[in-house]
Amino acid sequence: METFRVLAVDDETDFLETIVNRLLKRKIEATGVPGGEAALALMKEKNFDVVLLDIKMPGGMDGIEILREIKKIQPLTEVILLTGHASVETSIEGLKSGAFDYLLKPVKFVELLEKLIAAFEKKNAQEQRIRGAKIRGIINFE
Amino acid sequence: MKRQIYANLQRKITFITLLVSFIPLISLSVIIYYQFAQVFRNKIEEQIEYRARVQSNAIELFLKERTAILLAMADTYTFDYLAEKNNLERIFQIMNHRVGGFIDLGLIDSAGRQIAYVGPYNLVSLNYYSQPWFPEVESKGVYISDIFMGYRQIPHFIIALQRQENKKRWILRATIDSDVFESLVRAAQVGKSGDAFIINKESFYQTHLRFGGQILSRSHLDPTLFGVGTTVLEKEDKDGKKILYAGSWLKKNNWLLVISQDASEEMTKLFKTKKIEIVIVVFGCLMIILTTIFTTHLTIRRLETADRKMNELNAQLVHSDKLAALGKMAAGVAHEINNPLAVIAEKTGWMEDLLTEEDFQKSQHFAEYKKSLGKIEEHVERARKVIHGMLGFARRMEPHLEDVDINEVLDQTISFLESYARTNNIVIEKELETDLPIIASDRAQLQQVFLNLLTNAVDAIGKDGKIYLTSRRIDSEIAVSVRDNGPGIPKEYQPRVFEPFFTTKQSGKGTGLGLSVTYNIVSSMGGTITLDSEEGKGTAFTVRLPIVVPEKK
Repeated sequence: METFRVLAVDDETDFLETIVNRLLKRKIEATGVPGGEAALALMKEKNFDVVLLDIKMPGGMDGIEILREIKKIQPLTEVILLTGHASVETSIEGLKSGAFDYLLKPVKFVELLEKLIAAFEKKNAQEQRIRGAKIRGIINFE
Repeated sequence: MKRQIYANLQRKITFITLLVSFIPLISLSVIIYYQFAQVFRNKIEEQIEYRARVQSNAIELFLKERTAILLAMADTYTFDYLAEKNNLERIFQIMNHRVGGFIDLGLIDSAGRQIAYVGPYNLVSLNYYSQPWFPEVESKGVYISDIFMGYRQIPHFIIALQRQENKKRWILRATIDSDVFESLVRAAQVGKSGDAFIINKESFYQTHLRFGGQILSRSHLDPTLFGVGTTVLEKEDKDGKKILYAGSWLKKNNWLLVISQDASEEMTKLFKTKKIEIVIVVFGCLMIILTTIFTTHLTIRRLETADRKMNELNAQLVHSDKLAALGKMAAGVAHEINNPLAVIAEKTGWMEDLLTEEDFQKSQHFAEYKKSLGKIEEHVERARKVIHGMLGFARRMEPHLEDVDINEVLDQTISFLESYARTNNIVIEKELETDLPIIASDRAQLQQVFLNLLTNAVDAIGKDGKIYLTSRRIDSEIAVSVRDNGPGIPKEYQPRVFEPFFTTKQSGKGTGLGLSVTYNIVSSMGGTITLDSEEGKGTAFTVRLPIVVPEKK
């Protein structure tokens, strides 16, 4: 059965644990890590389709910085910013740095699922296009 | 209290202005008056002095002429010739014919006996040896006497001269016509009370006075006060009136011609001038007072208005400061609440997820659990709306500038509400001015502003009503007005509508943030928002935005 891999990053462990459980229950392969560094470390070993990232986490790297690092490690992976702190500046900064969307906590779970799927679809489409481009490169049209 | 301050200020300004206006005006008029009075007085003195001098010259000339003709007669004719009455009469006629002014003429021998006489009195053979003038003639040769009574017992004066003929001395004596002489003196009189007279060294009058004073009576004037030439003095008479006297010595300092003049009579012109000046000064002062009061009043009213405007502006500033502080606080609080709220939401969701499992469905209170979880979710959603509203309010970012067509934004905003409005039978009528300029503004924020206003209007109407939406250009602003025919906002609520968390909607329906967010956005764009509402008639909100021309790309 086709599913997709989600990495949730949040220092609020109660939230992290629950969201991972709920995603798993819906057959989404979800993993949770409580901080930016741990997320980056994990991403070096394992591919994820979508990252759910809290950008206001105490200590450690700044959320936007982690977003940029993630994009360096896995450029095609879509990142959804999920935060309790609404700041237009950071949201714009995030979107400029390549985030898929910016969501404000608490978010309706159904909306979250929609966004995850949309992000996954976008990532897939990107991959398809790249694969197509590669094939075009291989096939000789002459 | 405030009124007191302005009243005090008004009094002070009025007082100072009057002081600096009055002091120069009054001192100037006083100085000018006294200078003028001095000049005027000098002129009067000069005039009277001039008259005295001229008249004294005329009198001297009169006496000299008569003396000269008498001398000529004495030199021409002999005693014997003159002793003939016919001859003397002829000579008398010649003298009166040539110069006039003689009353009589007499020839007197060295013993004092009058040998011959021509004139109206019977004086022949009278002896003058003992008369006071007789020795004077003998010693001086030519003598003009003071006024005396003599044999005729009438005041008169004479010109007498002595001649020597073959060791025989004789005297030719002529009496001057008093009427002629006095009229000559009186020619110097001026005005209603002016006088001209002659006194001798001993202060006895030598002519009649104009009013009263008898000839040969003693004058109160002291001749020694008058110096050589012509002197002007001022003396008070017995009634206390100030009289100017000009005196000029005659007849080798034996007679003093005096011209007197009532100073006040001559000064009437000056007093008239004084009256005119006083009237002008009083009028000027009145004008100054009125103008000062008027302008001060005007200034103070202007100041009051300006102060009031400034206070209003300050109040507005304080108000926006308050809103900004509240916004920051709201953002902090929102963050603190959002995270636990997210946990509650997810935990609830997770419990719901678990409830779908078979074991739980058989549970006795399954329905109750499910319902309760639903309620929790509902209220989390309610809290979420409030918090997100607060964050919207907290959004005080720099507007993101882009080219915005206000009418397009309005059309788009209406489209969000159209279906809802239609189902509630609310007609949205628009009257948008075509060719409004494109402005540089934040489209999303503008949309939020218009959406808030339109939503409020829709909520206010409820069902069945009309919303009028207009856009207009007014000078350098674009005015967008949203007017509904809803119930209107009560007067007591009107000042509070832009305050955060102020709402008249049912609990749970509104956050009370919509209008304060709107207010903040419009303010940050440099615009204004005003409210015009009447209970029972409806409400109109008008947003005025400055026309900011987009930069040319």
